[in-house]
Amino acid sequence: MFGQAQLLPGTLDLLVLKAVSLGPLHGYGVLLRIGQISEQALLIEQGALYPALFRLVRQGLLKASWGTSENNRRAKFYELTVLGRKRLREETDGWNRLAAAMGSALTARPEEI
Amino acid sequence: MKFLAYIRSLAARLFHRSQIDDDMEEELRSHIQHRADDLERSGLDHAQAERSARIEFGGHGRFKEESREALGGIFVETLVQDARFSLRVLRKSPGFAIVAVLTLALAIGANAVVFGVMNGIILRPLNVPQEETLLGTAYGENPAWQSYPNYLDLRDRNRSFEDLAAFKFAFVGLNTGKDPSLAAGFAATGNYFDVLKVQPYLGRFFHRSDERGPNSAPYVVLSYAYWHSHFLEDRGVVGRIIQLNKHPFTIIGVTQPGFQGTLLFVSPDFFMPIVNQEQVDGESLLNARGNSDGVFEALGHLKPGVTPAQAAADLKAVGAYLEKTYPKEVGHKSSSLAHVGLTSFGGPARAFVAGLMLLAGLILLAACANLGSLFGARAADRSREVALRLALGSSRNRILRGLFTEAVLISLAGGAAGLLGSIVLLRRLSLWQPFPGAPIHLPVSPDANVYEVALVLALLSGFLFALVPVRQVLRTDPYQIVKAGSAGRAGRKVTVRDLLLVVQIAICGVLVTSSLVAVVGLKRSLHGNFGFEPRNTMLAGVNLAMAGYRGDSVPDMQKRMLRAMETIPGVESAGLVNGYPPLVYTAGLRATVFKEEISDLRPSNASLTPFRYDVSPGYFRAAQTALLAGRSFSWHDDKNAARVAVVNRDFARKMFGSVTSAVGRYYKILDGSRVLVVGVVEDGKYQILTEDQQPAMFLPFLQSPSSAAYLVVRYTADSRTTAPNRPVRYKRDPQQIAAAMRGKLRELDEGLPVDTQTWNSLLTVVQFPARVATMALGVLGAMGAMLSITGIFGMAAYAVSRRLKELGIRMALGAQRKQVLQTALGRAFKLLAFGSAAGLILGILASRVLASIVYQATPRDPLVLAGVVIAMLLVGLLATWIPAQRALSVNPLTLLREE
Repeated sequence: MFGQAQLLPGTLDLLVLKAVSLGPLHGYGVLLRIGQISEQALLIEQGALYPALFRLVRQGLLKASWGTSENNRRAKFYELTVLGRKRLREETDGWNRLAAAMGSALTARPEEI
Repeated sequence: MKFLAYIRSLAARLFHRSQIDDDMEEELRSHIQHRADDLERSGLDHAQAERSARIEFGGHGRFKEESREALGGIFVETLVQDARFSLRVLRKSPGFAIVAVLTLALAIGANAVVFGVMNGIILRPLNVPQEETLLGTAYGENPAWQSYPNYLDLRDRNRSFEDLAAFKFAFVGLNTGKDPSLAAGFAATGNYFDVLKVQPYLGRFFHRSDERGPNSAPYVVLSYAYWHSHFLEDRGVVGRIIQLNKHPFTIIGVTQPGFQGTLLFVSPDFFMPIVNQEQVDGESLLNARGNSDGVFEALGHLKPGVTPAQAAADLKAVGAYLEKTYPKEVGHKSSSLAHVGLTSFGGPARAFVAGLMLLAGLILLAACANLGSLFGARAADRSREVALRLALGSSRNRILRGLFTEAVLISLAGGAAGLLGSIVLLRRLSLWQPFPGAPIHLPVSPDANVYEVALVLALLSGFLFALVPVRQVLRTDPYQIVKAGSAGRAGRKVTVRDLLLVVQIAICGVLVTSSLVAVVGLKRSLHGNFGFEPRNTMLAGVNLAMAGYRGDSVPDMQKRMLRAMETIPGVESAGLVNGYPPLVYTAGLRATVFKEEISDLRPSNASLTPFRYDVSPGYFRAAQTALLAGRSFSWHDDKNAARVAVVNRDFARKMFGSVTSAVGRYYKILDGSRVLVVGVVEDGKYQILTEDQQPAMFLPFLQSPSSAAYLVVRYTADSRTTAPNRPVRYKRDPQQIAAAMRGKLRELDEGLPVDTQTWNSLLTVVQFPARVATMALGVLGAMGAMLSITGIFGMAAYAVSRRLKELGIRMALGAQRKQVLQTALGRAFKLLAFGSAAGLILGILASRVLASIVYQATPRDPLVLAGVVIAMLLVGLLATWIPAQRALSVNPLTLLREE
């Protein structure tokens, strides 16, 4: 239901950081936000999100605190740390360079060589 | 600091584990509820929404596990989990677990025992300060300074040692006022304790300043152990006067508990000054330069900066000087230095223990090979389970970790069991007194070193045999196996497991061969021809000096003793030999003899150095040494008669050419007197069982009396009752004879300590190395055989169980029993034959080494070869019996229905 494309390895962390950078979110909210910003094109297994969240917390990129969700349920909210914001910037730059390079490489036509 | 923080966070995580778990659980639950809320909003009813939310979420446990891993620091946790899981798995196959633990326990126990012995007699230094610079002048066959005057010269002329001390043995009757008992100690030079830099536990030691000429220092220092056992740690003992061989000595001190003199094998009861040895021995041994009985070993610390090589050269120079100055008494051959503690036994003992260690290592390797193949077979059997776990998302790492945990658990259990056994064994060994009446013990009580080695060996072997199935797990393809089952066979390729088995059988073959060679050799050496007949012979060691006899009263008393022995009922004949009889305590006295025409009697001109025995007229009859030519001695061969000798065949042949030409000829001894050969006796063994044939001469004891002698008493093996109508034969009890002998001797002199033993029991000393070697090899051989049995059994059982289906089809198609067996077990037998052949050949090569320890050990004996082949066949039969039965009892119908 969350779209069709498989995630490239290593892109999940970046997506999570991006989603959280737009405002504090709980785990399910992160999934919804990723679906929303990718226009439902990226598929994430629901349970697979949590190892990634814990990994990012341990690396000090996210911090977590318990709060109450819009459904009036207890939930754990994640937000970016300073370190996380910096990492997101770096990874976004890196991704854009890679995407541009891949894009131009894949659109190359015989007459351009 | 970082490490500390890690430890703290780890501790916190372990401690708060349940809290973190709860936290995680709640978060995942909250996720599912949010999802369910959404689904409900989109139109599903409550229960259905919750159900599909859970399904969408996926493997709850797996994600939790991964999350925990992502949190880090779960190493210990996983370890505990793995251990718990492994224990559960092992409990499911107790047969495998028990076999594996037992195998390892045996192998590690053997290694721990051998290492304990090595630790005790080779690695553990003597308990004295600065042990590493303490060196002794080696005790060789013809050493340069075994006389006391030579020792004094060596002490004063060398420039390499801080100081040199020396000691010899003193066997005495020790009388504290109550019952006189035998005690063994060291007669040491005054500087002995000062050279060793040891301090007394009580009182004082004697010093060089106490030595003021012969018999000037009647002092005795007790060892702690003797003080503990004989004086009950009475602190008032210092200053008390006791009698050593009827001479008063004052107890001046007690040694420290850990100090046991300077010989590892011997724990002396006491120490006395060597200048008083005349009182104890009855004659002075300190004055004659040619008397090699003066001191046993001279030892001292090297001066700082002096290397052992320099010191040896220095000793050589002194030896050369002595030989030049005293050409008649000193023949200097070579001098070498050895670490104090083992003297000349060091080399052989080290070689023997190293050999044992090697064999024990082989056993351990074989055990590892064995367990490795068992593990491999198990892993193959469990390949389906492994595949399932992989398919369900377990990582290969985790599966391998489980495998290793299982192996380490087994190896730790085996190591612990083996160590326990070895501790018991070593404790008993260290209390063992191999020889009756000699203060000899093996200092092998286990210590921390032994425990460490056992632990390390256990862990190492665990990893070693867990390595075998690693490749198998790594190659597992879950899809293939789950689809097709585990029957995919590797074909007829030679696998690592096969190779391991062959290696292991070869090792077992080596052990079986060497132990058989040793056993056969020992058996032969026990029934060999010694030149005398030790059966039905009782020996009584009597040192008349212990009862205060001097001069002419000695041979008079000895004559009376002999006559008294002959009056005992059942005694056939009695004789006497000065010092020790042949093959007793490896004490052989060498003499230097010359051809008659030689006039310059210096050691280098010697024609022969035969063993010398001073014997009474009845000796040859009592010892049953056959007279080949001439006559034996008579009571007329005394001080006033011409000097005569009886020589053995080897002496006659080497000196005179033949037995018949020897009688009536003369030769010369060191003091220049001509000796007439009156008889020739058969050859024999004199000092050790493995010696080459040596010349020996026998002199009449009346012409060179000595107060220390052994009575040799031969008794009839069985006796008859005197009742004329009912003759009943019964075996005579040697202890009866011994008691009668002691009674007769007590009648002659009440205060005479007597030591009675059968000749055979005293032979245990010379047989000791061979017996120990045989015992050790026997045990190792048996262990090797057991390991092969379990190894082949495992392999055969595995082969049969894997091919049950195939066997069933073959039987259904009409295969005969023989063909079934061939299919099932042909490979096992081929491996067995190959391994045994390799082992046999290697064993024969290894047995050459054995020949130096065990008399007449030769692998080229058809008996040995046949024995090895039969033993290996038996091993094979035993090991394949159960798998063969299983293969034959296959019922094709049930089997085909089941599969």
